[in-house]
Amino acid sequence: MFSLTDILTEALGLILTWDRDLSEIVMLSLRVTLTAVVISCLIGLPLGAMVGAFRFPGRGVLTVLLNALMGLPPVVVGLVVYLMLSASGPLGVLQLLYTPTAMIIAQTILVTPIIAALTKQVVEDLHAEYREQFASLGVGAFDRIAALLWDARYSLLTVALAGFGRAVAEVGAVLIVGGNINHVTRVMTTTIALETSKGNLELALALGLLLLAIAVIVNALVMALRASAVRAAYA
Amino acid sequence: MRDMTLDMTIPDSATAPALLACQGLSFDAGGKRLIDDLTLAIRPGRRTLIMGPNGAGKSVLLRLLHGLIAPTTGAVLWQGGPLDRAARDAQAMVFQRPVMLRRSVLANLKFALTVRGVTGAARAAKAAEALELARLTDLARRPARVLSGGEQQRLALARALVGEPRLLFLDEPTSSLDPASTHAIEDLINAAHARGVSIVMVTHDLGQARRMGDDVIFLQNGTLAEDGPLQDVLAAPQAPSTKAWLEGRLYTAP
Ligand SMILES: Nc1ncnc2c1ncn2[C@@H]1O[C@H](COP(=O)(O)OP(=O)(O)OP(=O)(O)O)[C@@H](O)[C@H]1O
Ligand SMILES: [Mg+2]
Repeated sequence: MFSLTDILTEALGLILTWDRDLSEIVMLSLRVTLTAVVISCLIGLPLGAMVGAFRFPGRGVLTVLLNALMGLPPVVVGLVVYLMLSASGPLGVLQLLYTPTAMIIAQTILVTPIIAALTKQVVEDLHAEYREQFASLGVGAFDRIAALLWDARYSLLTVALAGFGRAVAEVGAVLIVGGNINHVTRVMTTTIALETSKGNLELALALGLLLLAIAVIVNALVMALRASAVRAAYA
Repeated sequence: MRDMTLDMTIPDSATAPALLACQGLSFDAGGKRLIDDLTLAIRPGRRTLIMGPNGAGKSVLLRLLHGLIAPTTGAVLWQGGPLDRAARDAQAMVFQRPVMLRRSVLANLKFALTVRGVTGAARAAKAAEALELARLTDLARRPARVLSGGEQQRLALARALVGEPRLLFLDEPTSSLDPASTHAIEDLINAAHARGVSIVMVTHDLGQARRMGDDVIFLQNGTLAEDGPLQDVLAAPQAPSTKAWLEGRLYTAP
């Protein structure tokens, strides 16, 4: 039998003493997810902006595809990346399976469509307002995309944070391609799943609390960004 | 040769060849004919006013003449040639509702210069000059979208002028401004005109028309009611709809 208060006390102790195992797991989580979000933004922001601002053949299909990919089941992404990276797979020679890189790849595949689809929506709305002014000024295609991304910067930061929130809380894909190997590929979500099933509830709860705190911080950041954007009439 | 003859004509002459012209211009949208068979000529060096009741098609006409929308029939000619990229670069427009980029006043001006290929020290100098001219220097760092209506119109005008257009379109640039702001805008427009910029302006304000107008185009329901030198039209309006407009009556087609 265990007492909830005891577990909670021990979990808080782990956090307050910044336990080595705990900090290693948290840091890997942040490294994997932040890297994936940065790569997703590098791909998703320009892609979403182009779909939002340009009319071209296949635009409708691309929009439907992005929206569909937004809801990709993480375990399916994990499985596909696993098949690609496994020893007999097409990318097996890279020997990336069960490494943080594999987890970054999986999360990037999950997050890029989210960033791209949300960016498309934001940029499309802004472009509707700017279109004739841009045409009048003679703004070229490249300048147009750059200006739309810059002027939508506050909304797009919240888009990136949404992608971060989704990736950091995701468990299925990173578990399959990372393998949850101690000191190598253990991140917060996979550790919580494993430690809970082993009955090691203090560590699981400590990580759960930290994950919750991250979610709260991300949302607070989103709200603070909105408020400062509104104040400068940049929203 | 063509440019030579253009340069030699006296800008104010009533016989100057058209800077901008349209023939048989029509525009349909939403199953309605909004502009119907317009044939017009805008003469260089003149301040041409477009007048007419709400919904007459004044804003639509400006967008057609500026090449923002494509006509259903007919064509717009720039100095007798097509309205291509180079022609549009020689034009600028201040919209009925000013579009402010989500950046500072100064950055709005710099953006307009950058897209014209002006960068570096030249850009900084031109932007500073434009700020000074529009009396916006103190507001340079302010986000453009928190400016007052009159300040936004001044910025929109300054931004349109930094590209050094030959023709400037203005869609009711002073419609929501107080008398002092209205005069500030009119002064800026007249200063540009004095530098050789041709003006095409939509206005509802008869006092402003008398102050600013050289030529006038009266629109009624998407068709041309009357056009010509402003003094002549005001002194002896020919079309019943123009008469009604000048007397402040609502005109209903017979
Ligand atoms: N894209 C469009 N689709 C359908 N109808 C349109 C469109 N654009 C304009 N209209 C209609 O065309 C008519 C002329 O519009 P326009 O904006 O040119 O009027 P205006 O003369 O500028 O009026 P105001 O003095 O109120 O500015 C209006 O009845 C308007 O509703
Ligand atoms: Mg109008």
